[in-house]
Amino acid sequence: MNLHGTWTLFLKETRRFLSVLVQTVLTPVITALLYLLVFGHVMDERFEIYAGVSYTAFLIPGLIMMSVIQNAFANTSSSVTQSKMMGNLVFVLMAPLSAFELFIAYIGAAVLRAMLVALGLYAVGWMITPLPLAHPLFMLALLVLASAALAVLGLIGGILADKFEHLSAFQNFFIMPLSFLSGVFYSIHSLPPLWRDLSHYNPFFYMIDGFRYGFFGVGDAAPLLSLMVVGGFTLAISTLCLLMLRSGYKLRP
Amino acid sequence: MIPQAPRQAAVARIPRSYLYTVATLSPPISQLPAIRIEDLHKSYGELQALRGVSFDIRPGEFFGLLGPNGAGKSTLINIIAGLVRASQGRVAVLGHDVVTAWRPARLNLGVVPQELVYDPFFPVRDILRLQAGYFGKGREQWPWIEHLLQELDLADKAKATIRQLSGGMKRRVLIAQALVHKPPVLILDEPTAGVDVELRRTLWQFTKRLHAEGHTVVLTTHYLEEAEQLCDRIAILHKGELKELETKPALLARHPFRFLRLRLEGAAQLPQSIRVLQVGGSEGEIELRLQRGQDSIAGILDALRDAGLRVQDVHTREPTLEDIFVGLIGEHPTANKTVQPA
Repeated sequence: MNLHGTWTLFLKETRRFLSVLVQTVLTPVITALLYLLVFGHVMDERFEIYAGVSYTAFLIPGLIMMSVIQNAFANTSSSVTQSKMMGNLVFVLMAPLSAFELFIAYIGAAVLRAMLVALGLYAVGWMITPLPLAHPLFMLALLVLASAALAVLGLIGGILADKFEHLSAFQNFFIMPLSFLSGVFYSIHSLPPLWRDLSHYNPFFYMIDGFRYGFFGVGDAAPLLSLMVVGGFTLAISTLCLLMLRSGYKLRP
Repeated sequence: MIPQAPRQAAVARIPRSYLYTVATLSPPISQLPAIRIEDLHKSYGELQALRGVSFDIRPGEFFGLLGPNGAGKSTLINIIAGLVRASQGRVAVLGHDVVTAWRPARLNLGVVPQELVYDPFFPVRDILRLQAGYFGKGREQWPWIEHLLQELDLADKAKATIRQLSGGMKRRVLIAQALVHKPPVLILDEPTAGVDVELRRTLWQFTKRLHAEGHTVVLTTHYLEEAEQLCDRIAILHKGELKELETKPALLARHPFRFLRLRLEGAAQLPQSIRVLQVGGSEGEIELRLQRGQDSIAGILDALRDAGLRVQDVHTREPTLEDIFVGLIGEHPTANKTVQPA
């Protein structure tokens, strides 16, 4: 295995997003903070979804996970699409890096960016309302798995997209609705039966619900089910992505 | 069949000084073709970009790959580099199949792409260090990177991002990127396209030096003068097929004609026997293509005198690669559409 090559690509991808830190980490934190201030302020005294948990506290893990989902996807998808469009992807494709090594480097950097966004939001949220950490390891496992899953989806999106418009369509018509309709702002128990049932087919719901369980020790779905669904989803799309990389689909015509 | 490399790992781990790479290879490896191309086909839907191309590029050779636009040169190079997958056939770099033994094949190969592609995020020095890193090379490669920066006159641009550089400078960075892992085989895909004369000469000198130091250099170019000056052997591709593969002298010798340029005085028309030989000319000058052993200069001068034309000046020239190319393919290498042979 070309460990040094993999590490170099990981470092390069990390330096890429760090070089535009305001755009890649600070902006998502500020955006989520605005959601938190507006929705938290308006809803805090009207709703208490879980006993003893304020709406603002309920909202923070959801917003963290929503930002993780969007940023992990954005990192890999924009990097690969930009490299394809500028033509500099050839330098990586001509290097002695296997499909698995490319996969690890791209996903690793995206997971790191998602972690930084999560950490930033957690710090900001903690200043507004300190959160409990009922199951920190479970929370961390969900965070890593979810960010990896979205990084993989981003990598697949980047491979498939021929231009940024394709990517934007994927983000706006798939990632964004699924992340908004996954219980970030509400418990799915408050939804009509049809929407509640449909939510159970949305893997993003399990990411957010399982992650929230890590903080409060309560959730809409069984925690083990959340872990299994998110883990299974990550495994399935990772397999698909590795097969695409290995076959050279749309990268090595 | 492509011979298997007996010591693949040894070749894959390129020695510390690339200057000694070729010299230190044991005989079985150094006798392997630098690149072997075997019955290579590539189709993009209905379009057949390559139609069964086979040839070897010898180790240490300066090899020219010529052809008009759409001949299949870039497709061939992309297959060698692992950027495109062949529909049929095989390619090996120093005995390493580019599909089944892609890792050692890529370690032994450096490719300068035709397009000016670059990563906009990083300064030149960092780009070279990252590129070396992809090939498994760490800090031990940094002195070599500094050497490349000096050699290619990039030292004072090492901290600039590539988008701040001129086209010629960007081209130099691409060459440095291809050499950063010290590959014994180097492919330059039209490296002098769009660069000024001075830089072209600098790049020629640099590639000549690389060749002298033991690199196998493969050059594709639209400038036939470039191939003529630099290359030992030349392959001409046309419509996905190999039209010629010869040493430069053999290629020139196999086309038994030369050119006669005459400055004429007089209002009379050229006789028919001369007109059939004419391939060019302007403002009182004509250029004739003469078949050796068939068309004599004395006979032509006599025919002109009989027609009432006086010869003021006579100049002969041997065919260039360009003349052969046009004769073979029927079009100039840079032409986008077919023109009639001269």
